Amino acid sequence: MTTHARRTPGGMKVPIRWQRVALYAALIVFAIAFLMPVYVLLVTGMKRFAEANLYEMWHLPKGLHFDSYAKAWFGSKAEGFRGLNVNFMNSVYLAVPATIISAMWGSINGYILAKWKFRGSDVLFPLLLFGMFIPYQSILIPLVQTLQRISIFGVKFYGSIPGLILAHVIYGIPITTLIFRNYYAAVPTELVEAARIDGANIFGIYRRVLFPLSLPGFVVVIIWQFTSIWNDFLFAATITSNPAAQPITVGLNNLAGSYIVEWNVQMAGALIAALPTLLVYIFLGRFFMRGLMAGSLKG
Amino acid sequence: MRRLNWERVVSVLLLSPAVIAVAIFVYGFIGWTAFASLTKWDKLLPDFTIAGLSNYQRLFANQRFQIDLRNTVVFTVLFLISCLVVGFLLALLLDQRIRGEAIFRGIYLFPMSISFIVTGVVWRWLLNPGSVELGSTGVNLLFDTLGLGFLKTGWYTDPKIGIMAVAIAATWQMSGYTMAMYLAGLRAIPEELREAARVDGASELQIVRHIILPLLQPITLSAVIVLGHISLKIYDLIVSMTGPGIGFATDVPAYFMWDTTFRGNHFARGAAIAIVLLVMVAVLIVPYLVHSTRTEAEL
Repeated sequence: MTTHARRTPGGMKVPIRWQRVALYAALIVFAIAFLMPVYVLLVTGMKRFAEANLYEMWHLPKGLHFDSYAKAWFGSKAEGFRGLNVNFMNSVYLAVPATIISAMWGSINGYILAKWKFRGSDVLFPLLLFGMFIPYQSILIPLVQTLQRISIFGVKFYGSIPGLILAHVIYGIPITTLIFRNYYAAVPTELVEAARIDGANIFGIYRRVLFPLSLPGFVVVIIWQFTSIWNDFLFAATITSNPAAQPITVGLNNLAGSYIVEWNVQMAGALIAALPTLLVYIFLGRFFMRGLMAGSLKG
Repeated sequence: MRRLNWERVVSVLLLSPAVIAVAIFVYGFIGWTAFASLTKWDKLLPDFTIAGLSNYQRLFANQRFQIDLRNTVVFTVLFLISCLVVGFLLALLLDQRIRGEAIFRGIYLFPMSISFIVTGVVWRWLLNPGSVELGSTGVNLLFDTLGLGFLKTGWYTDPKIGIMAVAIAATWQMSGYTMAMYLAGLRAIPEELREAARVDGASELQIVRHIILPLLQPITLSAVIVLGHISLKIYDLIVSMTGPGIGFATDVPAYFMWDTTFRGNHFARGAAIAIVLLVMVAVLIVPYLVHSTRTEAEL
C-alpha cells in the first residue's frame, strides 16, 4: 500500500498522482528533444580534432579543449579559410548603431501615431505595418540598384556596413513603430492633458511625460531589433559581397559551406554566431516574449 | 488655437520621414520590381524594353518553379501543423501549475532567439544520415543506439522527404512561439469556466475540445498567419541546411529568386518570382492587417 500512497505532514494518505508523474515525464522528454542540438553543439566544440568523429557525435568529450573555437574564431592560414572574428565585429558595428537609430526613430513615430492622431492616420498605420510582412525579395533588386548609386560624404552604401544599417533601419520602421505606438497608447491621456495644462508643447510632452516612461518599451524594441539584425542573412548576403564587410551569418554560412573546414569547427562557429542573441535571451527573456507578442499585432 | 495648429504641423513633420521612407523603400521599390518583371532585363546592365507578361508565362511553365511551389505547400502544411500541435501540447502541459515552469518555458522558447543560419548548420549535421559503408551519423546514429533503427531515413538527402527534414528543423525553432501564444491564451481563460464544466461532469478531454480549443481559435488564426508568412518566405534555413537539393527537392521560390537574380543576373525573371512571392504573402497578410487594425479602432 505504501508504494501507492505517501503521508502528508497532517498524516492523511495522499495517493501519488501518476498523472503528475506522466506530466513531468512528458515535459522532460520535450526538454531533452529541444536541447539535443545544443548538446551536440557544446560537446563537439569542446572535442579535440582527433576526437571529433562524426560516428561518435553523441559521446562526451574526453576533456575540455577549445581548439575548435580558436580555429573558428581566428581561421587557419595553413588550411586557407578565414575566421569569424572579422564577421563577428562587423555584426557588432552593424547591429548596435542600427538598433539604436531604429529604437529612437520608432519611439518618435509611435508617439505621433498614439498621441497626435490626424485624419488618415488610421489608414496610414496598416499601410506602414504591411512593410514588416513583405518578402524582402520583392524590394531587393531596387535596393541594390539604389545603394550602388548613393554615396554620402564619400561613404559607399553598397557592399558596406553603412548600407546594411540603412536597410535595417528603414525596414525596421514598421515593427518599431508598432511596438512603441501600442506602448504609448496605454499611457493615460490624462497625463498628457495635465502636462499640456502646465504649458508643455509637443516636444515637452514627449520629453517630460512619455520618454521617461519609455524604458520598458525601449528594452523590448532594442532586444527585438538587435536579435533580428544580428540574425539577418538575406540583406547581409545581398548587400555585402566583400568578405571583409560581411556580418556573422554570412561568415558562418561560408565557413559551413566550405569542404575544407572540419565539422567541429563549423559547430564551434555556430555557437559563436548564436552566443550574443542567446545571452540576450537568457538575461532578458521576459522582454523577448513581449516583443514576440507585439510582432503578432496583439498590443 | 493658433498654437494647436503649429503643433499639428510639427506632428506631421515628425512622422513624415518614416512615411516617406516606407513610401519609397517599400511601395516604390515594390512598384519598381513589378515594373522590372515586365521587362527584358536579362543581364547585369538594365534593359527596360517591355516584354509584357512573358516572364510570368515562362515562370509558371518552368519545372523548377512548379517543384518550388509544391515544396512551399508541403513545407507550409507540415510546418504549420507541427508547430500548432507541439505548441498547443506544450502549453497545455505547462498550464498545470508546473514546478520550474519558467525553466521549461525557457528551454522550449530559446531556439527562437538564434538565426536560421545557425539552426541550419546544426541540423545539417544532426540529420546527416551517414552511409551504409561507414555507419550512421546524427539522429540516425541515435536511433541505432536506442534500438529504434527502423526509424532511420535519408532525411534531407532523400528527394522524397527532403523538405520534411527542413520542416523538422523549422519546427524546432518556431514551435516555442505557438507555445507562448497558446499559454498566454490559456491563462486568459477563467478557471471558473473549466470548474463549471467539471461540475457538469465533463472529462478533461471534453473540456479541451469543447471549451478551450474554441476559445483559443483567434490565437490559432494569428499563429497560422504569422507562421504561414514566415513559411512562404523561408530562405535562410534552406541556404544553410540543404541548398536546393537533388532535383530541387528542397528548393523554394525565395531561393530560386535569389539564385536567378543575383547569381544568374536574370533580373526580370527574378523580379517576376519576387512578385509572385509577394502576392502569396499579401493574400495571407492583408485581410489580417485590415481586420486587426479595424477591430482595434473600434475599441
